[in-house]
Amino acid sequence: MSDIAERVKKIVVDHLGVEESKVTENAAFIDDLGADSLDTVELVMAFEEEFGCEIPDDAAEKILTVKDAIDFIKSNAAA
Amino acid sequence: MRRVVVTGLGMVTPLGVGHRYNWDRLINSDSGLGPITKFDVSDLPAKVAGEVPRGDGEGQFNPDRFIAPKEQRKMDEFIVYAIAAAEEAIADSGWKPDTDEQRERTGVMIGSGIGGLPGIAEGAVTLHTKGPRRISPFFIPSCLINEASGHVSINHGFKGPNHAVVTACSTGAHAIGDAARLIMLDDADVMVAGGAEMALCRLGIAGFAAMRALSTGFNDNPTAASRPYDKDRDGFVMGEGAGVVILEELEHAKKRGATIYAEVCGYGLSGDAYHLAAPAEDGNGGFRSMKGALKRAGMNPDEIDYINAHGTSTPLGDEIELGAVRRLFGSAIETVAMSSTKSAIGHLLGAAGAVEAIYSIKAINHSVVPPTLNLENPSESCLGVNLVPKVAQEKRVRAALSNSFGFGGTNASVIFKAFG
Repeated sequence: MSDIAERVKKIVVDHLGVEESKVTENAAFIDDLGADSLDTVELVMAFEEEFGCEIPDDAAEKILTVKDAIDFIKSNAAA
Repeated sequence: MRRVVVTGLGMVTPLGVGHRYNWDRLINSDSGLGPITKFDVSDLPAKVAGEVPRGDGEGQFNPDRFIAPKEQRKMDEFIVYAIAAAEEAIADSGWKPDTDEQRERTGVMIGSGIGGLPGIAEGAVTLHTKGPRRISPFFIPSCLINEASGHVSINHGFKGPNHAVVTACSTGAHAIGDAARLIMLDDADVMVAGGAEMALCRLGIAGFAAMRALSTGFNDNPTAASRPYDKDRDGFVMGEGAGVVILEELEHAKKRGATIYAEVCGYGLSGDAYHLAAPAEDGNGGFRSMKGALKRAGMNPDEIDYINAHGTSTPLGDEIELGAVRRLFGSAIETVAMSSTKSAIGHLLGAAGAVEAIYSIKAINHSVVPPTLNLENPSESCLGVNLVPKVAQEKRVRAALSNSFGFGGTNASVIFKAFG
């Protein structure tokens, strides 16, 4: 399971170009990691690609932190 | 009317990065053309282009020096070139607005002929193969032409007029002329103006090749492929890059002790109303844009010492332009020098007018006119004019005229003159 957390964090680091140390589970994409609304859309697309799942828009809107993403993927992803 | 001068220059071209580096190579008769390396050309008829040299050496382009890699994903390459050329021009001018009022009086007008063609091509493939959910939220902003001006304004906090020209191969010239007018009309004191292009992708080559506009006869000898006015010319060679100038109201520039490269003294525009791609056969469109620029400058043809021609190396266009120059200049044709720097860098489409404006200004500053490479045997109708074959010439240039003509029959001529 921790594997999912690591993979999520790596995507966040790559896409937002932020320091790995800043990507804690409680970090919020917009408030803490400098993302804008378009960055968050792209992040969700990257999660979908990586984990082979579909994240509907209403669920995506609730993914605000690294932990939100990990939790959603843990309960929905095939891999 | 307020007077407008040029106080900063910046460029990224197939000859390299930087206006000084470019100029040295240009007057040394170096060529920026070579075989296309960016993508597979095995099934394309044209295999030659002017690619911007990449790397960390002198004059080589490394986008990471200008834009964080994470940000590069949000923009097509024409925007990357625009940002890089603007960085150089702004630093070169030394203009750093300190106050909100100064920022609001500084605008940006960088255009492009086609914009994010590679991104559009890739986006279409993604849509077709993976579906709409896989289209990036950055797809649209990375391809929009005015995002070049947008990014430059954001990077530097320039809050004045923010505009973008789209007139095919006249874009760069129109941007400089129109931006100068915004300053003349007191809408801004400083304008960052120019053009950027990166349509060097399979779709771009396939499209221009379908029009039979590209050179295809020199695939084995790339540096010979762009040969304006030469009997063997067979089409243009695509280039990529950007040219950006800093335009400034004269008193504003003087007050801060800026280096003044030249004055923008004439600008003429016209339409052919003839054909969607071919120039009017009698060259009346180019004739009228040059005439308009001379009228605005209050100059006679014999006061122009150098013409940077549109001269793309197509069989039709070169002679039509030269014919128009002959008719307009009359006996002054005997003393003017006219060359096409596209012979060295290819055709930068929407960036061409801006890059060539910079070369024209440098000709004034250095009293040297750049050569027309590969001009071995001029066509019959090109005889009797100093087309500066193959080697640069020392020549006093009091004023230079730069021509740009675009598909759709859109023509622009800009005149720069020595200052002081």
